[in-house]
Amino acid sequence: MKNLLLPALVIAGKDLYSEWKTRQIVTTMLIFSSLIIVTFSFAFDPSNQSVRVLIPGMIWIITIFAAILGLNRSFTTEQSNDHIHAFVVAPIDASSVFLGKFIANFIFVLIVQIIAIPLLFLLFDFRVLTIESIFYLVGIIFLGTFGFVSVGTFLAALSSNSKSSEMLLPILLLPLATPVVIAAVQATRIVLIDLEKLSSAMSWMQLMIAYDLIFFVAGLLLFEYVLEV
Amino acid sequence: MIQSNNIIKTIGEKMILRGMNLEIASGETVAIIGPNGAGKSTWLKITAGLLKPTEGSLLIDEEPLKKDKYELQQIIGYLGHQSFLYEHFSPVENLRFFAKLYHVKKPDKRIDDLIEEVGLTFFKYEPVRSFSRGMIQRLAIARAILHDPKILLLDEPHTGLDQQAVDILNKVILRLKKKGVTVVLVTHDFPQVIKTCDRVIILKNGRVKDDIPLEGQDVNWLYTHYERQAIHS
Amino acid sequence: MQQDKGLTNLPEPSLLHRVMVMITIPAVVVALYLVFIWSPVERQMGVVQKIFYFHVGSAWNAFLAFGVVAVFSILFLITRKRIYDMIAGVSAEIGVVFTAIVLTTGPIWGRSAWNVWWNWEPRLTTTVILFFIYIAYITVRSLDMEWQKKGRLSAVLGVIGAINVPIVYMSVRWWESTLHPVVMGEGVEESGGGMEPSMLFTFIFTVLTMTLVYTVLMQKGIYIEKLRIHVAKLKAKQQEKMIS
Ligand SMILES: Nc1ncnc2c1ncn2[C@@H]1O[C@H](COP(=O)(O)OP(=O)(O)O)[C@@H](O)[C@H]1O
Ligand SMILES: [Mg+2]
Repeated sequence: MKNLLLPALVIAGKDLYSEWKTRQIVTTMLIFSSLIIVTFSFAFDPSNQSVRVLIPGMIWIITIFAAILGLNRSFTTEQSNDHIHAFVVAPIDASSVFLGKFIANFIFVLIVQIIAIPLLFLLFDFRVLTIESIFYLVGIIFLGTFGFVSVGTFLAALSSNSKSSEMLLPILLLPLATPVVIAAVQATRIVLIDLEKLSSAMSWMQLMIAYDLIFFVAGLLLFEYVLEV
Repeated sequence: MIQSNNIIKTIGEKMILRGMNLEIASGETVAIIGPNGAGKSTWLKITAGLLKPTEGSLLIDEEPLKKDKYELQQIIGYLGHQSFLYEHFSPVENLRFFAKLYHVKKPDKRIDDLIEEVGLTFFKYEPVRSFSRGMIQRLAIARAILHDPKILLLDEPHTGLDQQAVDILNKVILRLKKKGVTVVLVTHDFPQVIKTCDRVIILKNGRVKDDIPLEGQDVNWLYTHYERQAIHS
Repeated sequence: MQQDKGLTNLPEPSLLHRVMVMITIPAVVVALYLVFIWSPVERQMGVVQKIFYFHVGSAWNAFLAFGVVAVFSILFLITRKRIYDMIAGVSAEIGVVFTAIVLTTGPIWGRSAWNVWWNWEPRLTTTVILFFIYIAYITVRSLDMEWQKKGRLSAVLGVIGAINVPIVYMSVRWWESTLHPVVMGEGVEESGGGMEPSMLFTFIFTVLTMTLVYTVLMQKGIYIEKLRIHVAKLKAKQQEKMIS
């Protein structure tokens, strides 16, 4: 614990504090997601009721692209003064770096979603939300983001070894995130548009839980190989 | 304290260390000199646990330095070519972060003392971004010794420092030496070697070329000796 | 010096490789004969059905190649032996070719069988994702780094990718079943269920032959890698001499 959880919290705390001071990453992610939403409204007429079926997909497109933006920064900022080396020589478990970065990235993406998703609903005049569907939506967003950010954090660390890491990350991340993206979009569609099929959404959520667990654990276990110099 | 047994390190196709045999006793202050590309930094990185040797072993306190050897990592202080400092944080914020990583007890007092020792009290709350190279290096030293290491590994710490900063650095090294800390200093700065070290090791082509005590020698002797050992032969 | 001698002697292709080549060439000819001349033309689909033999053979090899990547990635992470890294890398390069064959023959089949170029059939979709994972893997391998680091990073990706493939298959199958509640006829692979004996024989023979081709290509690829390393070592040696 002393060498895993505590340093993870220290590293996450450092990232959050740094973000609090500069407000660089979350602000950029927010502006970017707002721009995606605006672009969506030009691309798909918001006054047309049939566009509603696209909302679940939009939620996850916003999440994916905003998250990639943030994930790219997550490890490149540790590159400038070889901070990664500092983590390797410090008496901490390699997995704690993964855990710490995961926590910070997860919080960044959640903050963006808390603002961007209501904005999306607002601009597309989507208001058939019930308490029940909001409840499930929150759960699905939590699970989907958890899985995407686990794989994303891991691959961001991997691709930060390359000079053009911001181009490499999406190429590595999107194919590996396919299952969680499919599951998240399907589950979101069900709870937003036809809630009667809830049991089906539940199975998608189970798939997400399995995916989250597998890749979170794989990330913890394999991270030492990524961190090695 | 530090025992390097026939260490070979190959990166890519290139053999950088070709059998480094070296033993450093507890409390010694050792300088490692040698031409560029001799493998000094590489050996120091292996000693710090940053790189793994391709062959051979590195023992610290008779124990191999592997991952998860937290007790060993806890007693090593390493300063490489990079400062490991966060540019947008102030000295205090930087040191606080590392104090937490190394589980330093009563960090605030310790940080204050160290910042004073390296003469940065006045810049305590300024972001590191605005610092000169010398100030960054002084803060980096403070970072490396923050957790009271028993072994201090410094890679060219004197490079690019002005006279005042060099004096501060030497003072820190001598103070730790008195405390019994084992110091390994990779450098090209011979006057500082004479001022601080007990023993000098000349490295060439990934091997130990010479290993001599410095008792009672002066800079000129070191220059001529180095020339004989490292350049002609 | 022994090392010097090792450097002047070029690596030789192994005897096994020569034997394998000797076996593979006639096998390929026989397979082509069996497919195009000997086996009967299928009644419903006509000659297009013959693509099935290559399609399935390639698909089998594409997944086999990725399995090899995964196994040797794990071996590399444990032992750090260069040969394992080479095997994984070569296997990925061959695998991506087979995957590309699957992805071109699939639509040709689909066009005749279902009158659409592409449907999101789970096996085909999984192959698309596999293709992209292969591309990611090869991109990492083409980064400019020393082989030790590259081997380590690509091995990690190989392992993660292999974990991912079955999950992709499951999720795509599930997703597809919500798309088309009524199964639109089984995929290419399973339409072999009621095959005539001669077709079945051709099918098995082709798949085996393609696996042979994979093996020969693997040996060739590893041999080329060895030569490449040999050149790099000679170069490093020469540079060292020039410096000192
Ligand atoms: N990551 C690396 N990749 C390739 N070569 C390296 C790497 N690190 C060091 N080297 C080479 O190893 C040799 C020794 O490097 P180093 O230990 O930094 O020398 P020194 O510190 O004695 O000047 C140099 O020739 C350098 O080019
Ligand atoms: Mg150096």
